[in-house]
Amino acid sequence: MLVIKCPFCGERDQTEFTCHGEAHIARPENPDELTDEQWGDYIFFRQNIKGYQYERWSHDHGCGRWFNALRNSVTDQFVDTYKIGEEKPAIPSDEGK
Amino acid sequence: MVETAIKKVSPLDGLAGPVGGNVKLTSNGFVGKVIIRGDSDNKDFVMAVKDVTGVEIPTTALTFNEGETYSIYWMGPDEWMIMTPEDGEVALETALREKLGETPSQVVNVSDYYASMRLSGPAAREVLKKGSPLDLHPSKFKAGNCTGTRFAHATIFMVQRDEEPTYDINVRISFAEYLWNYFVEASREFG
Ligand SMILES: [Zn+2]
Repeated sequence: MLVIKCPFCGERDQTEFTCHGEAHIARPENPDELTDEQWGDYIFFRQNIKGYQYERWSHDHGCGRWFNALRNSVTDQFVDTYKIGEEKPAIPSDEGK
Repeated sequence: MVETAIKKVSPLDGLAGPVGGNVKLTSNGFVGKVIIRGDSDNKDFVMAVKDVTGVEIPTTALTFNEGETYSIYWMGPDEWMIMTPEDGEVALETALREKLGETPSQVVNVSDYYASMRLSGPAAREVLKKGSPLDLHPSKFKAGNCTGTRFAHATIFMVQRDEEPTYDINVRISFAEYLWNYFVEASREFG
């Protein structure tokens, strides 16, 4: 059982949450000026990092809120979770191990 | 004009409860439920809700405040459920809309969306443990707490009333019979 800390409700079972992929992707401010390839990159392409990555999660069966998390995709370790708009936590120095 | 009386029907009507005395399961009938959203840092919003209900909006996560007629439950940082006695929901909805006026907010009557049941008795916590991913130990989840969570396959909104313990469980009506029968089945070993 994986325990995830909702920034609003506290520690909860993983089955209450959904992962929504990479976080901090800004919508281009000038969509009209983008090539199809650039727009496609924005819509579809994600880094899918092996190791620490910033992700969006939602507490579907709890408070229903979205938040961000820093998780290691290899070990499933959650370094931290934080509210939308809050500063990103730093990536631990053991990256790559 | 012909008067046609509307007969209310609950998905819990006619369902048999647990057999023994260690777990009690009852329907909460047609308790009214209104969801309200707004900014608890906005004094106009907080005061309007207080004026209409007589109850302070709970800003501490997972808690609720009870008044004489209404009780208000924290569902999220900008979302609360207000419960009213049966048939009070439309009056409440209207009064809130009127009082809130242009204050950024949302008021939705969800009375017919959730069925509400009460699980209580000495073995109630043991029954709940069978399908809940929550830590239900009284040091973690206690009387005065409420939360959205799940039980087995159902998404629920749960309130703990007292340390008997007594839980009120609100569930979408299409899941009501499933949840009720799950509780009854889970209660059998406790007598
Ligand atoms: Zn939450």
